[in-house]
Formats: sequence, C-alpha cells, structure tokens
Amino acid sequence: MSSKKLIYLDNNATTAVAPEVFEAMRPYLCERYGNPGSIHTFGGSVMAKIEEAREQVAALIGASRKDRHGKFTEIIFTSCGSESDNTAVFSALRACPKRKKVVISVVEHPAVLSLGKELEKRGYPVSYIPVDSKGRLDMERYEEMVDSETAIVSIMWANNETGNIYPVEKCAEIAHRYGALFHTDAVQAIGKIPCNVSDSEIDMLSLSGHKLHAPKGVGVLYVRRGINFHPMQIGGHQERGRRAGTENVASIIALGKAAELAMKSIRDENTRVKALRDRLEQGICGSIPKAMVLGDPENRLPNTSLIGFEAVEGESILMMMDRLGICASSGSACTTGSLEPSHVLRAMGVPYTVAHGAIRFSLSTYNTADEIEFVIREMPGIIAWLRKLSPFWKE
Amino acid sequence: MWDYNDKVMDHFLHPRNVGEVENPDGVAQVGNMSCGDALKLSFKLDKDGRIAEVKFQTFGCASAIASSSALTELVKGMTLEEAEKVTNKDIVAILGDLPEAKLHCSVMGMEALQAAIANYRGEKTEEGHEDDHQGRIVCKCFNVTDTKIRNIALDNDLHTVEEITDYCKAGGACGSCLGEIQDILDGIWKEKKPETHSSKRAEFMKMPLIQRVLKVQELIDNEIKPMLEQDGGGIELVDMKDNVVYVKLTGHCSSCPSAGITLKRGVEAVLKDCLFPEIEVESV
Repeated sequence: MSSKKLIYLDNNATTAVAPEVFEAMRPYLCERYGNPGSIHTFGGSVMAKIEEAREQVAALIGASRKDRHGKFTEIIFTSCGSESDNTAVFSALRACPKRKKVVISVVEHPAVLSLGKELEKRGYPVSYIPVDSKGRLDMERYEEMVDSETAIVSIMWANNETGNIYPVEKCAEIAHRYGALFHTDAVQAIGKIPCNVSDSEIDMLSLSGHKLHAPKGVGVLYVRRGINFHPMQIGGHQERGRRAGTENVASIIALGKAAELAMKSIRDENTRVKALRDRLEQGICGSIPKAMVLGDPENRLPNTSLIGFEAVEGESILMMMDRLGICASSGSACTTGSLEPSHVLRAMGVPYTVAHGAIRFSLSTYNTADEIEFVIREMPGIIAWLRKLSPFWKE
Repeated sequence: MWDYNDKVMDHFLHPRNVGEVENPDGVAQVGNMSCGDALKLSFKLDKDGRIAEVKFQTFGCASAIASSSALTELVKGMTLEEAEKVTNKDIVAILGDLPEAKLHCSVMGMEALQAAIANYRGEKTEEGHEDDHQGRIVCKCFNVTDTKIRNIALDNDLHTVEEITDYCKAGGACGSCLGEIQDILDGIWKEKKPETHSSKRAEFMKMPLIQRVLKVQELIDNEIKPMLEQDGGGIELVDMKDNVVYVKLTGHCSSCPSAGITLKRGVEAVLKDCLFPEIEVESV
C-alpha cells in the first residue's frame, strides 16, 4: 500500500482490533500462554480470565442467568459466527428429532442460507421467508410457514448488506407458539444496537468477535439456560463439553474486552456514527443524480448505508474508490466472484440497473467527519466518469 | 480482490476511444443489464476500407472496461477482413492477462466486434440485439446458447465446465445447466478425438497374447513384488483385457487401507512407465 490515507468504511466486513483490546489479549500469547485446562497455576489461572470474558459478553447481550457456581454458562465460545450458526441449527434438529422443518429468511447470511440449502439436500424441508422491496420480512408468510413440524426458526437480527433490523423478539414469540426453537444470527447487530436476550424469548444467538473490534477467529453462541443442547464439535471437556477444542485464550479475552468497550460505544454508534452515516447519504444522494438508498430507512443499523447508483457497475466504482484509499463493499456480481448480484438485492426485487451498482458503506466509531466529507467530495466524480463510459446512462 | 495487472489497470483508468462514433458505418451492443455487463461498439471506415475511427461504451467491471479499450486499440487501422479474425485471445494478449473468472469480458469484446461488422454488412440492422440467439438456450440465467458454448470451447480449447463459465458465464448462476454444458463438451471432444492410442500401445498389442502376459508377469516379479514385499505384501496377476490388467493384492496389501493408492500409484505407475500410458490396473 502507498502512504495514502486509508478511509475504512467496510466495518460490516470486519473491524480494526481496538488498541485496548489488543493490550488485553497480548500477555496471553507469549507470556501467559498456559492451557486453561491445566492443573498448574500457570495454566489454570488463565481460566479465570476466560470466565471474566464470558461475563463481559453476557453483560453485552443481557444474558444475565448464572449457573449454581455463579458462571455465565449461557455463553459458549466458538471460532466464528458461521460455526455458531451451524451449531445452533444442528443442535435444534437433534434436540427434537420428530420435527424436521427449518424456517429461515431469504436474506440470511450465507452461513445460514447455504446451510438451509445443504439441509434440503439432506432431506429436511426448509422454508424461506420472503421480503418486500425494502427488504422487510413478510410476517404473514412467516406465520403461515412455522408450524408444529418446525424444529427451528433462524432469522438474522440485522442484515449485513442493507443494515435492516428485523423484529426477532416478535419472531421468537411466534416460533414458540408452535413449540419451535428460535435462533438469531446477530453478528451484525451486536455492538451496534442494544440487544437483550433476557427480555426476549430468543433461544440461541450467534455473534462474531471481528465485527466488534476483537480479532478474527472467535465467536459466541448464546444458548438459553434449559435448552436441550447438542454439541457439534466433539472432543475434550472445554466449554463444559459443549464445544470441544482448546480455548482460543487470547482472542476470547480480547472478545471480552471488546464487549466491554461496545457497551460504552453503543451510544456513540447511535448518535455520532449515525449522524455521520446520515450525512454521507444526504451528501451523496444530494449531489449525484439517480443515486438511492436501499433497504428500510425506518429500521436500520446506525452505521450502514447501501446506496444504488444507476447505470454503473459496483466493481468499477470500488476500484476507483480504492485508488483514493476508500474501502467499501458492493453487492454487485463482479466483486464477489459470483456472476449474479447479491441474493439480498435480488430477493428485494431491486432492478438490475441499480443492483449492479450498489455500494455498501459501513462505518464504525473510528470514523471521522473529515473522512465522510472527503468521500462526499470524491464520489460524484467517480460516478460521473463511469457513467460517461456506460451505454446505459442517459443524461 | 482481483489481481489485475498494470496493463489492465491502465486501460481501466485511462480507457482509449470512449464514446460513440458519429454517423457510424457499423454499430452494435452486446450483453445486457441483467448480465451485469454490456458493450456498445461503433466504427467508421476510411476510403480504403480500414477502421479509421472506433469507440466504445461499457457497463461493467474494470476488466470489461479494459477489454473494450484494448479492443479499440487493436482493431484501429484494420480492414474488416482482418478485424473479423480477431478473437478474445488477441484481446487478452494485449492486456497481458486477465483473471480466469474475468475471461468472459474479453469474449464480450470479440462478440461486439463481430456484431458491429455484421451490422455494417447489413446482416443485422437492429441495434441492441444480441448475436447470441442462434441455437438453443442452454443457460437460462445468462441466455447462453449451445452454439455459443460450442464455439467458445473450440476457439479456446476449453475442456471443463468451470472454464466455460469463466469464458461466457454459462452455468454461473443457478447451476441447473451444468450437466447440459458437460454433455456439450463431451460431444465436442469425443467427436474430436476418436480413440487416439499411443504408438507404444500399438506395439505392445501387436505381440501375441502369451508374450504380453509374460511381459507383465516379468514386470510384476522384478519391479513390483520387491516393492510390496518390503511392507509384507504381495501381488498375483489374474487376467488381462484390452488396456486393463487385473491383479489380486495378497498378504498385508489385501487388508491395507491404502491398497487403492498402492494399486494406482505403485503398480499402475510402473506398468504405465514400462509398457504404455493407457494401461490401467484393477484389483479383483
């Protein structure tokens, strides 16, 4: 990379490890490298730090129930969001073998959506809840789908592309009416909006460390106390036998610290960061013709903005932005290596003229007003230049 | 992140010949919005029938824009007879290289050129229509016909379905036509290559059967058995038919979990090396 300044607006993809988080995890790599499962003090004492991290994560998501020993055992550390999602769904299918049906939404992250397709291949009936043109769930269709055959419903708390927030508490209640378990992939929601599982009927929840300023390679599956749980990864006794494998100690401690920081920064996310996001949208859509915000403006994450630019293609836009050091994402076909635009935009019925040119900006607490103003200044030139090249652009 | 080389980036950032030629002699647009890329090409000829002016407009990714730009540089000054011989490979050659999954961009360039030439000759007058509609649609997601798949496979020597997807997108979305694409490829390459056998095989097959058996037995005894005996295994020759040698693994080999590997990498490799490359070994 050259010395040009980096403007990172791709925080739904991954985030920077917070300096405080890195400081917290550092001693557990080279110095205090002991195995928390060991008998000796050098290793065993690390376990206390893991329990502390468990408590920090529990506090962030409101998992307030403790076991008899005062431990927050509803929190299971995993390797990532995808592992948590897979574990939740497979556990539910094993917990109630008489029920075979799985209900998910069409806009799920591939971690759940591809799992749905795989389960279909294995003979499980899978229903997909449709969305409208703003990406909102069709709640009527959902209620029709869930029934006494349904083992589990899995609906994301917030969508990674549009930032749409879904009414998961209400969805959980509906699932429970039919005796089905309810899981939510909350990878994009945690740290950005207040989430409290104790106030809801949510049975299981997935989150991922690297989306909230912890490192990659650590995640959490929350499992409500009293839920019949079946581990996916079999082996040692770690995580009380619910997730075998030596703990990713440093990253777990990092995630605990990140959770603690997120509790403090969530206010900033929903005030200052949200204002920056709104300014970005207003600045871009105000100066560029035929640019439109996609998704549900009423119920969106405060940090996410998906903007469709008519008649231009997303990869070209990103490449031009990249030259200026601006990082963002696109739901266009070319960037993903797939040949079709994102399944989310297709499910919403976004016209191809806009879907191919959709750019996702996702901010974090580290972004500044100067950065946003720079992007607002640069975008019109990029779009105008590419439209000059486009056979579909008519002045 | 795509690994675009400097030439591709140069053509993307500084595209040559952007726009529309006024009163063009030939013009065509291929691709469409739903496919995610489209190219409109127009040209004008000089009095000697050479392409004097050529311009493009492209909707698409960086490599689509770069391919279009490279195409215009390539064909400027050519006669139409020269231009119609231009293939996607020529476009890739100018750019140095394209990522595999982006090769369809160069194919789009070739198609636009052919369509614009056809337009000039009056073969197609309607602007904006694709030239793809000859043949039967195989890939419904991207409207790719069997004719196009066959032509692209033959022009670029493509043998796998993945390569076809890279070059023309067919099969790249829902995937329901992958089997059909495979059938088309099987059709082409089986027709093309009617059983060509190596000369070594011909020589071997000329020998009387008993000689052939003795030859194989000799190799098994001298080359293969000592190898297997090191691990407490053994081997017996059972039968031979055409290219296939049937053997029975004995001793430790018979129950060894890697017997399959022994058979292919050990036994078959020796026989291929010493006799002829088409030979196969199977256990009974």
